[in-house]
Amino acid sequence: MAIDRRDFLKWISAGAGIAALPACETTGSRAQPGSARVVVIGGGYGGATAAKYVKMWAPDIDVVLVERSDRFISCPLSNLVLAGNTTMQEITMGYDGLRSRGVRIIRDEAEAIDADKRQVRLARGDVLNYDRLIVSPGIDFLDTIPGLRSPQARERVLHAWKAGEQTVALRKQLEAMPDGGVYVLHIPLGPYRCPPGPYERVCQVADYFKRAKPRSKILVLDTNPDIVSKPGLFKAEWNGPYKGMIDYRPNSELEDVDAKGMTLKLTFDSVKGDVLNVIPPHRAADIAQKAGLITTNDRWCNLDWTTGESLAVKGIHVLGDATLSAPAMPKSASMANQHGKFCAAAVIALIKGQAVTPPVIMNTCYSFVSRTSAMHVTSIHQYDPAQKTLVPVKGAGGISDKSSELEGTFAWGWARNIWSDTLA
Amino acid sequence: MKAPFAHTITLCLVVAGHAVPGFAQDQNAARDLAASCFTCHGTNGNSVGNVPPSLAGRDRDELVQMLKDFKAGKRSATIMHQQAKGYTDEQLETIAAYFAAQKPAPARIPSKAGS
Repeated sequence: MAIDRRDFLKWISAGAGIAALPACETTGSRAQPGSARVVVIGGGYGGATAAKYVKMWAPDIDVVLVERSDRFISCPLSNLVLAGNTTMQEITMGYDGLRSRGVRIIRDEAEAIDADKRQVRLARGDVLNYDRLIVSPGIDFLDTIPGLRSPQARERVLHAWKAGEQTVALRKQLEAMPDGGVYVLHIPLGPYRCPPGPYERVCQVADYFKRAKPRSKILVLDTNPDIVSKPGLFKAEWNGPYKGMIDYRPNSELEDVDAKGMTLKLTFDSVKGDVLNVIPPHRAADIAQKAGLITTNDRWCNLDWTTGESLAVKGIHVLGDATLSAPAMPKSASMANQHGKFCAAAVIALIKGQAVTPPVIMNTCYSFVSRTSAMHVTSIHQYDPAQKTLVPVKGAGGISDKSSELEGTFAWGWARNIWSDTLA
Repeated sequence: MKAPFAHTITLCLVVAGHAVPGFAQDQNAARDLAASCFTCHGTNGNSVGNVPPSLAGRDRDELVQMLKDFKAGKRSATIMHQQAKGYTDEQLETIAAYFAAQKPAPARIPSKAGS
């Protein structure tokens, strides 16, 4: 409880609490009335953005971000690291930008949530009281592949679907692969994080092979019946600059992995490779499961799309990839960043007893097909009171006509701006 | 004339607190709508490296015209012609007014890891 006393002193000394907020419910050693507290779990695109915007739009609210890592590594653009087209350094940032805005960051892991007491217990034992809790936990993988249960197997057959150590490790595997080898990518059934991501990865690995190991092949085993995002545009690349390098096999359901034998077992077939890259199916991450926030198919968290508040547990808002997607809404960094902002606005309004305006949010995702060329997909989602959800606006949004270097420039501009909007 | 006037409103709101909830909520609604643009154009329309371009402090009427031209397909773009179609004319006007009222400032850059 030391944390709360420190807060109390901090708020007294800062002269905060003059905004005459409605008195918070007094629980445990919560700071005195006037300093409502929002706790955010998870410092990814959703959580970091939410923390920044609650603080920026309502400086009188105490904002605490709980994040287990001391650094933010971007999933967007991490496929470029695999090809040597950018570096880990380029996509890795710190949280000082949020600190300088007044967000308090606790480097720890949320272990449990008590929604009745409005408390979060951290792994190191501290307890945080909250008025509203924002959970932006990202994803964890389903345990559906027996052959990937051992740590040794998981070191050999990587997912690299959370940017970080695995990104570096997969890059090393690709570099170590002899020319003429086969890289195999397995894609889970949607919904999964970043719909165009696997196909962008195929382009990036192809770009690298073309340059460094031209006799090598790429085998894409897709559980889905077709390329999930921008199919025409990706096929144009695979039949264009990368012609003859990529063998795409839809409807390829994975039964098991033999990591020692470097073999993927499909329903009717077995496939060997030199580098195996399996993206397992995923669900809302562990803390969402522990807190009872998962509502649908044992995987995703359904929410009120006007506020982001969980439909399962009052007072808790859920953001980002962990959510049960609204119609045609992708699990993307862009969406998570936008969830963070509309949720921040709603959380402030709810704390201050103001009306909540239903959100309008926009998705913008770029995929790099080479070192310099990219293409986009975009959609706009307005709230429909009849359906009680966000729905894509018909006739709006769309995709690129073709990939281009101009869009490659915009894609880097997108990255620099979303990083700034999320972290600084 | 628009931009300084809007600044005055903001200042009054800060001073008056909750005295004018109607205005405050309209302001918040405009802010929340414009926030969907921040992802690519920077927080409050101050873009990192000006790609995509900064919108803070631009002329309101010019922004309205540009957005409506994107929406009508009269102005070519890589992506804006698709995005402008997702908003009503009224929403585009609100967004334009919001950005026109923002102060141009250097975009904030995230810190390097470990700093």
